[in-house]
Amino acid sequence: MTRADAFGMLLAFAARLITGAQGHWKGCPPKAEQRIYFANHQSHFDWVLIWAALPRELRAVTRPIAARDYWTATPFKHWITREVFHAVYVSRARTKDASGAGTEDQDPLEPLVEALSHGDSLVIFPEGTRSAKPEPQPFKSGLYHLATQFPQVQLIPAWIDNVQRVMPKGEVVPVPILCTVTFGAPLARIDGEDKRDFLERAHAAVLAQRPLTA
Amino acid sequence: MGLRALAVNEQVALLFVIVFGVLLVALIVWFALSLREMGEPAQQRHARFARDLRAVWVGAVLFWLAWMSGAVGATLLFGIVSFLALREFITLMHTRRADHRGLILAFFVVLPLQFTLAGGRWFDLFTVFIPVYVFLAIPVVSALAGDPARFLERNAKIQWGIMVCVYGLSHAPALLLLEFPNYGGRGAFLLFFLVVVSACAQITQEAASRRLRAMPAARHIDRSFSARAWWLGVIAAGLIGAAMYWATPFKPLQAFALAALAAGAGTLGELVMRALKRDAGVASWGNASALTGAVGLLDRVAPLAFSAPIFFHLTRWYFRV
Repeated sequence: MTRADAFGMLLAFAARLITGAQGHWKGCPPKAEQRIYFANHQSHFDWVLIWAALPRELRAVTRPIAARDYWTATPFKHWITREVFHAVYVSRARTKDASGAGTEDQDPLEPLVEALSHGDSLVIFPEGTRSAKPEPQPFKSGLYHLATQFPQVQLIPAWIDNVQRVMPKGEVVPVPILCTVTFGAPLARIDGEDKRDFLERAHAAVLAQRPLTA
Repeated sequence: MGLRALAVNEQVALLFVIVFGVLLVALIVWFALSLREMGEPAQQRHARFARDLRAVWVGAVLFWLAWMSGAVGATLLFGIVSFLALREFITLMHTRRADHRGLILAFFVVLPLQFTLAGGRWFDLFTVFIPVYVFLAIPVVSALAGDPARFLERNAKIQWGIMVCVYGLSHAPALLLLEFPNYGGRGAFLLFFLVVVSACAQITQEAASRRLRAMPAARHIDRSFSARAWWLGVIAAGLIGAAMYWATPFKPLQAFALAALAAGAGTLGELVMRALKRDAGVASWGNASALTGAVGLLDRVAPLAFSAPIFFHLTRWYFRV
């Protein structure tokens, strides 16, 4: 076992100790198929939670997306994203162009396209930024472009519950509170569906995974 | 009595052999039953029994490990249980952003300190640390966070969580470590005594309320809880306690009274927890829709959390230890 593997296991253990990191596979089994998981985004902790909720053998092939300027700034940040999480780096400035103003420039998605062509699975947060509101913000178009380019990859909606209580913005020490990740049924492709309808449908699919008791 | 001739360690070991023997028999019976054809209700009962049996197994293994590993191990083990229980409790209490520091204090300062006090046998400070000192510290931290909205309610929630999950459960290792004159090293029996009489009261009460169909005492909280069933549970616990007096430092009548009081407190505590669950709008603690992972630990330990402090206090007070 390498140092990165050991560190990853330790991190997953810590995440489970603090949040329980329970994965509820409601709509699909945890299988080693190529998938894009898309989820609501409320905290820096979201990625770790999804990652810890996955079975161990899926963790190695499921990759997050990391902003290059922030996550390569120090050797430790670089090491943890590269070696432990196998992150896909994107440049933030260019991502903003593509997903923000709605230009059809495909270039910023290139690292993601490359990762998907390798057969890796991805976790993306289509809101683009963390939001403190109970309902997720409208989705950015990146998910749509990836979905049309890779029609064979399953699109799995996921809802991450409670995580904003674990570590609110500006705090450093997490509070132990049980969190869950609910994975829904793969989003169906509809031929000829336009971008806006698709994104609304994806948004609704994520929201539909929210547990009723919360 | 032949048992008294054995060394303390051998007595405790014998106790565990008996407990695990009984559990093994229960497991075999369960397995034999599962080979049979069953109807729908029988299947449900069977599944419920399996769940309860598993919980008892986990509990028994926990106690065994606690006893094996001595003061440090026992404290650590129950500390972890307390941590998980508090995590469940806080999850269902809707805390606000300003509670963050208070919760950190509860989880990472109060909990370890309380269990350290138990493990070190500093019982005088142990019994007042949370009701006196933490009672002030939590609202101070909360006030400093500067959010006046629902201040009393939020602090009450955290203080309650600490009282039940930390203060209550920390009395389990404290019982293990309590030193009686001429009774050294047999704290395991005290804890065992408490757990057995509580379980007995629970089972009797449940069976009685199913048979009796008595008026529920508080229909909106618990449809099955009735005064008559509760009394039956208390008396059954007392009788079992009296029958077990030889394993404890008590005389038969003392054992009867202590068992009845502690078990009665435990079943009442369960009623209180049910009211809290109703308030939070869930059927059981833990994640309501959980398919995997730890579920409802708090449900299992809640009676202990209420009965252990009372049992501990009565024992110390009456016997001046």
